[in-house]
Amino acid sequence: MATIKKATGKKAAAKKPAAVKSSTKFITLGDNKIEVERRGSGKPLLLLYGEEALELEAPFVDELARKYEVIIPSPPGFGRSNRADWVTNMDDIAYIYLDLLEKLDLKKVTVVGCSLGGWIALEMATKDDSRLAKLLLVDPYGVKIGGPFDRDIEDIWCTHPATLAKLKWADPAKGKRDFPSMSEDKLSIVARNSETTARFCWEPYMHNPKLKHRLNRVQVPTMFVWGKEDGVVKPSYGKAYAKLIKGAKFVTVAKAGHFPQLEQPEAFLKAVKGFV
Amino acid sequence: MYFWHFTEMPYPHLPDLDTISSMRVNLPSKHFDPKIGADLYNRYLDEHLLADDLGLNIMLNEHHQTATCMDVCAPLSAAILARQTSKARICILGNPVANRANPLRIAEEMAMIDCISRGRLDTGFVRGVPYETFAANSNPTQTVERLWEGLDLIVKAWTTHDGPFNFEGKFWHKRQVNLWPRPYQTPHPQIWITGSSDKGAISKVGERGYIFAMFLQPYDKVKDMFDTYRASFVEHGLPGGGGLAYMPLVYTAETDEEAEKGAKELTWYLSAKTEPQFRNPPGYVPVAFNVKALQGTYSGRTDAVRTQGLEYLREQGVLIYGKPDSVAQQIKRFYEKVGGFDHLLMMQQAGFLSHERTVSSMTLFAKEVAPQLKDLPRTKPIRHAKAA
Repeated sequence: MATIKKATGKKAAAKKPAAVKSSTKFITLGDNKIEVERRGSGKPLLLLYGEEALELEAPFVDELARKYEVIIPSPPGFGRSNRADWVTNMDDIAYIYLDLLEKLDLKKVTVVGCSLGGWIALEMATKDDSRLAKLLLVDPYGVKIGGPFDRDIEDIWCTHPATLAKLKWADPAKGKRDFPSMSEDKLSIVARNSETTARFCWEPYMHNPKLKHRLNRVQVPTMFVWGKEDGVVKPSYGKAYAKLIKGAKFVTVAKAGHFPQLEQPEAFLKAVKGFV
Repeated sequence: MYFWHFTEMPYPHLPDLDTISSMRVNLPSKHFDPKIGADLYNRYLDEHLLADDLGLNIMLNEHHQTATCMDVCAPLSAAILARQTSKARICILGNPVANRANPLRIAEEMAMIDCISRGRLDTGFVRGVPYETFAANSNPTQTVERLWEGLDLIVKAWTTHDGPFNFEGKFWHKRQVNLWPRPYQTPHPQIWITGSSDKGAISKVGERGYIFAMFLQPYDKVKDMFDTYRASFVEHGLPGGGGLAYMPLVYTAETDEEAEKGAKELTWYLSAKTEPQFRNPPGYVPVAFNVKALQGTYSGRTDAVRTQGLEYLREQGVLIYGKPDSVAQQIKRFYEKVGGFDHLLMMQQAGFLSHERTVSSMTLFAKEVAPQLKDLPRTKPIRHAKAA
């Protein structure tokens, strides 16, 4: 996007129950301007959305916003955040987000990271977890478990769209999005998110080879939630991933693919009750 | 005007197209019979030798993981033809610099071929079509930048003759660049760049005196792009002074009936089957195009042309066919419509078009069409503030 439009958050707020307040601001961190939405009130919860940003309109976030102040940043190149040319991977985003926590002076932050966002959460925690309280990771990417000939993470860019929908969703109908009816502004964001995901995750594909060897540095309570029918990153990958972090819990949600928080929000909230 | 013979070296002997989902990227190689492949390679090279005999130039390209193009290394074909031909210029259009690991290997290969051919090489550089990003695993959001960084490094390597220099770019780091051999031509072979819509890039191509080439596009689009080139073209570029090139499918025959048959065979190339995810990888085109894609009004760079019938294709200048006088007239018409160009790149073979019919079309073109066109005036730059 050539110019960054001012986001007021008014539009988004109109769709939500009146009880949940929301505001959006841009926060300058070095040469990046980060779009940050703050929703609800309470203890801080950093929501790191997935590569498609589907969480922004999901009911489970409003549920969380009744108990927490949900802070939702858009990574450089996603949403309306600009991307300085040097920002090229999750490592860079993790440092920028750590700067964000410092700038907003957030402490004891609960982090909920979905898919790509889960990977970012772990990159942050391996660098500095002093402002973090706990990590809830939902079907995250980020590590390679198998050998060179193993395909740990389905190749989303080389898979026929119809097949991909079946891998992502237990019920592919739930993943259908009516793009032609969306505004150009919204579609620009969809296209930006998709482009930036490719920019950051093309190679190494959806993982950082170093991350696996840094996970010993994660000291905060960590929980993995996995869609039982996730075909992009299978539960077996999730289980092996969780084992790399000392004491991490691992639970699955039935009748859900890559997005249990979207596909089975009630079961998801039930599964994480007591943790967040 | 200069005339270039071209075939993508297709392997058309595939199972019923209804039984396979894609001819590119993921078509299993069990469908490639090496004995048929051997015959085809030798046949296509023979046709290039014939081009040399007929006074036509030779254009080569490469693609990967696709039945539409068996030439996976244009420098290999160019090296063979550099030895086996004597007159033709040989143009690689192009080297997929964005998809290759080391631009300096390309610089060396081109310099060697230029020496073997005694200066008959033209060197094109391409970003690579969308589906190439999968075969090369190149990040589609970075291929434009890689193309230009790689090209800058190659030109510097070709033109530096007093020992090593240092290069620390975004994509490549080389601390002791000292090319051996250097190109036969001085300062270096003519550079060609292809494009379809990026006007910023076209201006850069014009300013540097590179040749700009477009393939299989309707004339109004070609004129728009060619005008952009002409506006930025400064006529003190490299030897040859830049210029414009266009590629249609071309079939020349003794009768209209035979011409139409040949033309139909050529359109095999346009109907090459590809799964949707390979046509527009994320970030290959700018956000504005992808907004249109999401709205359902843009389905890839060339789909608008690919799905059309014979008459439309001829009207637009994408497919040129007929008896020699008619072919000459269609090319002149296209030349007028786009404001002139210098190089006619002719895909004269595609799909199942047989050796005999390819030879017949090439021969008729060289003997009866080319003489009618060869003296068409060359491209003139449009002088603008920057050039003045």
